Amino acid sequence: MAEAEPTRLILNGTPVEVRADPETPLLYVLRGELDAKAARYGCGAGLCGACTVVVDGKAAFSCDVPLHVVAGASIETVEGLAAQQPPHPLVTSVIERQAAQCGYCLPGIVMAAKAFLDESPNASRAEIAAALDGNLCRCGTHHRILDAIEDAAARMTEAAR
Amino acid sequence: MKTPPPLAKAPLISDWVRFAPDRRLQVFSGRVELGQGNMTALAQIAADELDVDPACVAITGADTTRTPDEGFTSGSMSIVQGGMAIRFAASAARAVLLAEAAKLLQQDVETLSIEAGTVRRDGPDADLDLWDLAAGADLDVPVLDHARPKPPEARRIAGASLPRIDIAERVTGHPFVHDLAPDGLLHGRPVHPPALSARLVALDLDGLKARPGVVAVVRDGSFVGVVAETEHAAILAARWAANRAEWALDGDAPADPVAAIGASDEPAETVHEAGADPGSVAGTVYETAVTRQYLSHGSIGPSAALAEWSGDRLTIWSHTQGPYPLKEAIAMALDLDAGAIDVIHHPGSGCYGHNGADDVALDAALMARAVPGRPVLVVWSRADEFRSSPLGPGMQTRVRAVVGEDRRIAAMDVVANSAPHGNRPGRNGSPNLRAAAYLEHPKPPARSRDVPLANGGGTDRNAVPGYAIPNLRIAKRVVHAVPYRTSSMRALGGHLNVYALETLMDDIAAEIGEDPVAFRLAHLDDARARAVVEAAVAETGGAFGSEAGEGAGWGLGYARYKNTAAYCAIATRVEVEEDVRVTDVFAAIDPGEAINPDGIINQTEGGIIQAASWTLKEALRFDGLAVATETWLDYPILTFSEVPRITVRVIPRPEEPPLGCAEAAQGPMAAALGNAVFQALGARVRDLPLTRDAIVTALSS
Repeated sequence: MAEAEPTRLILNGTPVEVRADPETPLLYVLRGELDAKAARYGCGAGLCGACTVVVDGKAAFSCDVPLHVVAGASIETVEGLAAQQPPHPLVTSVIERQAAQCGYCLPGIVMAAKAFLDESPNASRAEIAAALDGNLCRCGTHHRILDAIEDAAARMTEAAR
Repeated sequence: MKTPPPLAKAPLISDWVRFAPDRRLQVFSGRVELGQGNMTALAQIAADELDVDPACVAITGADTTRTPDEGFTSGSMSIVQGGMAIRFAASAARAVLLAEAAKLLQQDVETLSIEAGTVRRDGPDADLDLWDLAAGADLDVPVLDHARPKPPEARRIAGASLPRIDIAERVTGHPFVHDLAPDGLLHGRPVHPPALSARLVALDLDGLKARPGVVAVVRDGSFVGVVAETEHAAILAARWAANRAEWALDGDAPADPVAAIGASDEPAETVHEAGADPGSVAGTVYETAVTRQYLSHGSIGPSAALAEWSGDRLTIWSHTQGPYPLKEAIAMALDLDAGAIDVIHHPGSGCYGHNGADDVALDAALMARAVPGRPVLVVWSRADEFRSSPLGPGMQTRVRAVVGEDRRIAAMDVVANSAPHGNRPGRNGSPNLRAAAYLEHPKPPARSRDVPLANGGGTDRNAVPGYAIPNLRIAKRVVHAVPYRTSSMRALGGHLNVYALETLMDDIAAEIGEDPVAFRLAHLDDARARAVVEAAVAETGGAFGSEAGEGAGWGLGYARYKNTAAYCAIATRVEVEEDVRVTDVFAAIDPGEAINPDGIINQTEGGIIQAASWTLKEALRFDGLAVATETWLDYPILTFSEVPRITVRVIPRPEEPPLGCAEAAQGPMAAALGNAVFQALGARVRDLPLTRDAIVTALSS
């Protein structure tokens, strides 16, 4: 492949440059070039949410967003939330509440929840669940994940006081 | 205590536990972590027997280079067999090391104890720890010469809900096969034939080789794989090839595969009989015939494997359920000596049975052979996952019950009809790996033997009712004639067989005017079975059995998984408008000894939600010989908004052996839903899934 022009992104607050075909879906850039592999491939069609990241504050399916569309954008992944000191409440709550079985879907769910709670910090459980309907979990851990997100929302509200 | 079977192949203490110089307790298990939390529970068992801090345990799952061979991690046997092997081995290590300490300290061994890995002499610290002692002791000795597990009342760590050792990494890290990126990594993608019998007629291999980023193209018979420098290049090249490949399909498929299974005249086999022939027993006859469609495992992450050839050696990193059997199956497929192959387990997405994990490992081995010295990572597409993985079999189960004048069931006839379960790699003398069937020298799957009832049964799993019924005849008919590749999926036949038995129990109770709980209890003579039924109903706080509301209903389901494992009863409430909505689930489970109660609750909650999804929504679609389902749009599963409130009560029995529990909820949940819908609508839906269409059909018949 011809050497592509560099594309600039801000990944978890840090400016980065990648050289990849601008048509490459963001997911493969994150995983293959930027070692942000907690964004995971699930379906390649935006139908399962495993690849969800936050782009300029909004949840996005990175598997079907071409790189050129997000040039210059701020991308947040779960690696960024985990690296915060202390870690983001969503990460802490999911782990504390053992809200995982295989965990494959979780980074996408955490990022979808992050974008949603940033907009709607006082959302009800039903509203949180509805916001996650684009994210599938096959192990059946939904119940615990919702508990963890409610818990995180409470911590975030507390921290914002 | 029974000798744990895994000790036969790995008899020595050092096969299972070792004391590393860094003060870690190394535990080696032949089981694999599938997302169910078994490694945490196994580590707890070892830490408990040796009285070491669980944080110092480093556990390794199945790896053909260094762990015992425990075959497949399947059938909810990790703790029942693997855990008891580790318990025996760790207890034997304790005995050997304390004997060594007694010698060194010139003390009677009875005066010695262990606390946090340190030896205590009548209480005070003896300034010796297990690692000091291990340096001078011989642990290459048989477990069975020394094993003496603690009595239940002495356990401290086994029985506690310790947090999973692997969750943080799964949530924020890169723990999966999909994430492996050794130096020199290349990416491979298969171009799957559309059906098991398909043959490649034409494909422009030179054109494929010339696609951007392509490093190698592999063709062996009808197997085609493409290897590229980047993942996206491999995907694009494989898509290019899939759009151009011409295939020839051979054979016919029935228009309605599940109907064909129900109508099959292949021979049935009687698997269990008791008392008189049910056909000769007089009384009122009640019958049912229920079906389920073919199901998809539907792991969120598709199947993946990493393979590398180095000289004549092949190493595979795989999320298989059985690294040792996979090694043998790959050797069979490639005509290699199994000694030249290593298979190392590495986590994948959630595993609910025999999915594509093994198949993709052979795909990766075939592709990596073209680029020796370069590791090749192969990840299936979502369409591959739906269309090329082994399927959960379609089934039909018929039950005929005879009720005597005493209003009790006097006899029961069950015939479970199913496409085969249990077609795991290496079984029945064939690799049972998809690509092996396509090779120039093909090794197609052998005729299935399903799973014998002595091993828990496949088609006939839980077809034997758990109720005290004097006259029984239970049969299974394994239907081979339907041309789709099926194998074991969580609970196997137990999902539909329990649906059949438990919905018929409610039909009979309703017909004779008995309460469904009382009717079940009248047929249950096992106190533990009665206890879970009573507990599940009690958890509803009186709601079960009272008015559920307009268009709503409560339902109950009970089974003891495999008739030998955990006891589980579930009470659930549904509301039916156009679709069925589950609002509440109350479950009670008796897992025998509970090593990690929260892990059991997590598995049971997961089983409930997954079984609800299968039962309410799921069905694969076919187009002739091919699976037509390609995306999640074609195969909706339960979403966050559709998930009910769930309460799981564990009834631990520390004095009893542990029972496999992670599949126990599937049958009872399905049955509870069927019965709740029956109560809500007064109509019995016999064909799963319980969709709007199925309900309309049931209401109009």
